Amino acid sequence: MMDVIVIGAGPAGLAGAIASASFGLKVTVIDEFVKPGGRLIGQLHQEPTGEWWNGIKESERLLQEAKKLSVDIRCGVSVYNLEKDDDLWNVHTNIGTLTAPYVLVATGAAEYPIPLPGWTLPGVMSIGAAQVMTNVHRVEVGKKGIIIGANILAFAILNELQLAGIHVDRIVLPEKSPLSGKAGEPEEVMKSLLNAAHLAPSPLLRMGSRFMKNDSFRKIGMKFFPKNGVKVNGTPLLLRKAAIEIIGTEQVEGVRVADTDENGNIIPGSEKIYEADFVCIAGGLYPLAELAAVSGCPFQYIPELGGHVPIHSELMETPLEGLFVAGNITGIESGKIAMAQGTTAGYTIAKHAGKGGAAINKQLQEAVQNVRSVREQAAIQFNPEINSGRRKMSELWESLYSKNTRENSQIKIG
Amino acid sequence: MTRIINHPILGKLEDKKAVPFTFDGRTFEAFENETIAAALLANGIRKLRVHEDSGTPRGFYCNIGHCMECRVTVNDQANVRACLTVVEKDMVIESGKQHPNIVKRMVEQQ
Ligand SMILES: Cc1cc2nc3c(=O)[nH]c(=O)nc-3n(C[C@H](O)[C@H](O)[C@H](O)COP(=O)(O)OP(=O)(O)OC[C@H]3O[C@@H](n4cnc5c(N)ncnc54)[C@H](O)[C@@H]3O)c2cc1C
Ligand code: FES
Repeated sequence: MMDVIVIGAGPAGLAGAIASASFGLKVTVIDEFVKPGGRLIGQLHQEPTGEWWNGIKESERLLQEAKKLSVDIRCGVSVYNLEKDDDLWNVHTNIGTLTAPYVLVATGAAEYPIPLPGWTLPGVMSIGAAQVMTNVHRVEVGKKGIIIGANILAFAILNELQLAGIHVDRIVLPEKSPLSGKAGEPEEVMKSLLNAAHLAPSPLLRMGSRFMKNDSFRKIGMKFFPKNGVKVNGTPLLLRKAAIEIIGTEQVEGVRVADTDENGNIIPGSEKIYEADFVCIAGGLYPLAELAAVSGCPFQYIPELGGHVPIHSELMETPLEGLFVAGNITGIESGKIAMAQGTTAGYTIAKHAGKGGAAINKQLQEAVQNVRSVREQAAIQFNPEINSGRRKMSELWESLYSKNTRENSQIKIG
Repeated sequence: MTRIINHPILGKLEDKKAVPFTFDGRTFEAFENETIAAALLANGIRKLRVHEDSGTPRGFYCNIGHCMECRVTVNDQANVRACLTVVEKDMVIESGKQHPNIVKRMVEQQ
């Protein structure tokens, strides 16, 4: 029988598997994608030090380590339900039900779509889809594209598309609406890009950010943002243009765009069509937490973490006995942080399983400390308020569950 | 050519074994271990299905299994996600089709 089932073979899941297997636990990792590595395998950017973060290499390294520890990794397996039966968790998958006393849910994140008219046409895809097609499958998403939405992920992937020789013609904002939220407000977008400035993961972002950081420019503000945009690595970023509709019959043919005022309101009569054979929608990320939800785990809405997240401790426990979480399911952050969280979760599971003796407490402390220091040095940060979000969660845990954490840290259910 | 052969950081795309498959009766070649969505796009095909009710064209959207937009029929099994399914030799793939909407028709006839 297995001791631990890890759902998700991303950086969090793999690191968790490695950490718990290093204490002799029998670990199985399942993932519905065709290859292990999660979103890591699509990632490719230059760190501020000039070094390349090559996700394919990183996940290869994790895989080799996991294999050495006899971790069983199964790809192409989808989990659709998770429930507890006495002392065992039942993990229901398309190849049957697996059981184990400990489950680590590391399902990562999903992208917010911005459903503007025409978004269902073939050739329209999420920005992350373009990343996977380009870096993982090595297939061109098109010849000439438009990105709708300007956020840190969009810029990272713009660079990746350019590296692969794919032409991105321009970046525009989505039309301001309740569905696009802040993504449709030029000033909010500029503010978030400014916040990312010192964390720029690529020369292209540094370049764009330097421009926007410029004092005199900032004073003039959005009002005088050049109509033809500013060039980011050669691609115009148009913060004062909004996509109204994606047009085409059988597939994408272009985007209908209008000028906007400094608040993102459409200026009537300014519409224009830009041709494109592919369109990427960059709506941002949210924790993919459905499985934790069906398991009965309590949730909290913390916008700084990206939305609804399962309640968890810094040791990556949830209030449910035997259920642990790590990575983007606990809040949107970079791959390195997911990995550090996964390691913490793996040690915590080992401790719950009675492994590691007295020494494990020290190891756990170091792992928690490591998550914090990796966060401090993060080259890519999705939410500038992440620390405040993490603090909220740990206060919540302390107030609700810390009393039980002494003896038996988790609620018994089932 | 729609494949990214030379990449400045990721290097050259290795020579991979070609695998034949059919999509809506036409024969194409995929690379071994490639998803249906990637193989079709590499062959210039973006439209994977039509909406069951409205008949409007659909392709892949998220490319990682979240949105269910890429559903095709594989060896007679309907609603298989093209972005998560690896092409196998001689696989028979059909695009997702429009279904008659019985309720709508009943309402129309009233
Ligand atoms: C599209 C996209 C692009 C991103 N790009 C970047 C980037 O360029 N740089 C960066 O630093 N961060 C990026 N991120 C953030 C990214 O999520 C983290 O960097 C990191 O990969 C998170 O690690 P994780 O292990 O928590 O989750 P992931 O890496 O997302 O791994 C989760 C795994 O769980 C699997 N899974 C989910 N649900 C199920 C299920 N029901 N059954 C079976 N398997 C399941 C998935 O297939 C996936 O492999 C991106 C996120 C997304 C969604
Ligand atoms: S494209 Fe979203 S599930 Fe396949």
